[in-house]
Amino acid sequence: MEPFGTVRARAIPLAIPNIDTDRIKPARFGLPSDVSYAPFMLYDLRFDEQGQSRDSVFEQAAYAGAQILVADDNFGCGSSRESAVWCLRDYGFRVVIAPSFGDIFFGNCFKKGILPIVLPPDVVATLRTALTESPGAEVVVELESQTVQAPGGDMHGFTIDAFRKACLGSGVDDFEMTARHASAIDDYEATTPAWITGPIER
Amino acid sequence: MGRSLVEKLWDAHAVATTAGQTLLYIDRHLIHEGSKPAFEALAKSGRGVRRPQQTFAFADHYAPTVKGRGFTTPESQTVSEALARNAGLHALSHFGVGHPRHGIVHVVAPELGIVLPGMTVACGDSHTSTCGALGVLAFGIGASEIEHVLAMQTLWLPPPQVLRVDIDGELGAGVTAKDLVVHVIARIGAAGALGHVVEFAGSTITALGMEQRMTICNMAVEAGGRTGIIAPDDTTLAYVKGRPFAPRDADWDRLVELVRSLAPDPDATYARRVAIAAADVVPMVTWGTNPEQAAPVTEHVPDPQTIGDAKQRAMVERALAYMALEPGQLLASVAIDRVFIGSCTNARIEDLRAAAAVLRGHKARIPGIVVPGSAAVKREAEAEGLDRVFTDAGLEWREPGCSMCLAINGDLAAPGERCASTSNRNFEGRQGKGARTHLMSPAMAAAAAITGHLTDVRTLARQR
Repeated sequence: MEPFGTVRARAIPLAIPNIDTDRIKPARFGLPSDVSYAPFMLYDLRFDEQGQSRDSVFEQAAYAGAQILVADDNFGCGSSRESAVWCLRDYGFRVVIAPSFGDIFFGNCFKKGILPIVLPPDVVATLRTALTESPGAEVVVELESQTVQAPGGDMHGFTIDAFRKACLGSGVDDFEMTARHASAIDDYEATTPAWITGPIER
Repeated sequence: MGRSLVEKLWDAHAVATTAGQTLLYIDRHLIHEGSKPAFEALAKSGRGVRRPQQTFAFADHYAPTVKGRGFTTPESQTVSEALARNAGLHALSHFGVGHPRHGIVHVVAPELGIVLPGMTVACGDSHTSTCGALGVLAFGIGASEIEHVLAMQTLWLPPPQVLRVDIDGELGAGVTAKDLVVHVIARIGAAGALGHVVEFAGSTITALGMEQRMTICNMAVEAGGRTGIIAPDDTTLAYVKGRPFAPRDADWDRLVELVRSLAPDPDATYARRVAIAAADVVPMVTWGTNPEQAAPVTEHVPDPQTIGDAKQRAMVERALAYMALEPGQLLASVAIDRVFIGSCTNARIEDLRAAAAVLRGHKARIPGIVVPGSAAVKREAEAEGLDRVFTDAGLEWREPGCSMCLAINGDLAAPGERCASTSNRNFEGRQGKGARTHLMSPAMAAAAAITGHLTDVRTLARQR
């Protein structure tokens, strides 16, 4: 994965709370291999039953090329499907900012190189308003300093756990971290009872 | 300092720690059709399955529930075949459609004793939390994590915070575990437990049987919880004993000892605590488009105008528009078009018994399906004659599978149809595009089938 440093990009405001992962990536599109998941992203928000554009915020030219999504409460709640993250990543997003996230979705973002940022509800609301009023305005997200700079210049700090920051910052995935503890896994299994490690079916 | 149940399980399974996260050993990896991308990634990286004997595959999400019908979409066929192929390739236990032990993963895994108290379990499904009812740390995971567990039998996780929900007192007549957990979600909110494992405790919980405990833990994620858990006790041990994968003899004694040691220490601390009185719980129904939008069936659809907070008001207005409900409408007057009794929340034998008890001798006014959670549940239900109660009432008796809970196997509700459902999610479009879901207990779904509208099952009993 590409190491995450600083993202200075257009940001799209999405002021709808409780967007669940099935809305982000409807189940009916299945799990095709080796395709972009961008067309599926928030499909029913963007397109009608006939596949015609609903002229959503995603179609507005001023936001073209956006890499940051500024969402609302409980973004990514519901199903554990990681394909919701793939939609956002394939669409071009590297950062999602929200007042809160579904827990499983939040963790899934990091696995795919997307930085999910929790900021206070009033800060996120103000940011969405600013982006609605000035579409195309840029937001700057810096991982090292853990900051988000709004279009007007206001700086906001965010928290991130050290493990995730290290992985995201160096573009390292879980496997690289785990490899360092390979013998510890062997040792753990060696002392685990057989009825766990070698179950017998009757 | 004393440790909570979650801390004890965590410490017992910690392989290593780095930068604040723990590499946690996963005792049981449960997989279903959604594992296809993970296996593709595994193959691409040239990795194999580290512990095939600790990996169990279930064909449930796309399983057709009509015998001989076959798969309804090419996608269903592709993913189901991929699961069978991957299970064969890696020598994994595979419970496919038609297998005598087939069923919904979160019904079969406890039923067979695959999941046991004191274990850590992972599965690519948010309702893996169901297994927490056995005193298990159960994690719903995404594709990248599935790949990691397949290859390394471990997961990197930040240490969880615990929200302890103490529920005390007796549940009233006609009030079930489903009503209780929906009540809890309505109380703390659909995002109320974010970042926390929800531990359910208290006299009400300890009085519940295992199937009821599973219903409760199943829906912990609907309160935003990372997972749900209930401390294992003698009820748990009685449930587990003698099941096909349960340990025997000296190993059984060790499991009993382990369960005793897992009791939370009296001086354990919790990040948050909430107290609920069981006596406050009445039969619940959801009226909106997320599980917190629920109310006692005796009450009314909320009026957005009475809601001070603008954001809350907008959410309720949007939900009422989608659900085509009028503010102030009596919930018991809401007409229902279809009923679904099934899902990992409520499709075990006790759930079917509860629904049958209400339906016995009555006709359903509306079409519906009853989908047993597993082949074993189906056999037991048929031995007890429950299937005939359902078919005599005019409902269809189906084969096991996830079915209408998420409606990707061909079982779905038509646009605009109102469905009384014993499942766990009422999101927009969950049971079909434009479908309107009302969640409730099996007895309540049976009552709605009889009357054709949302009904307080307790009043139905009194009329007979």
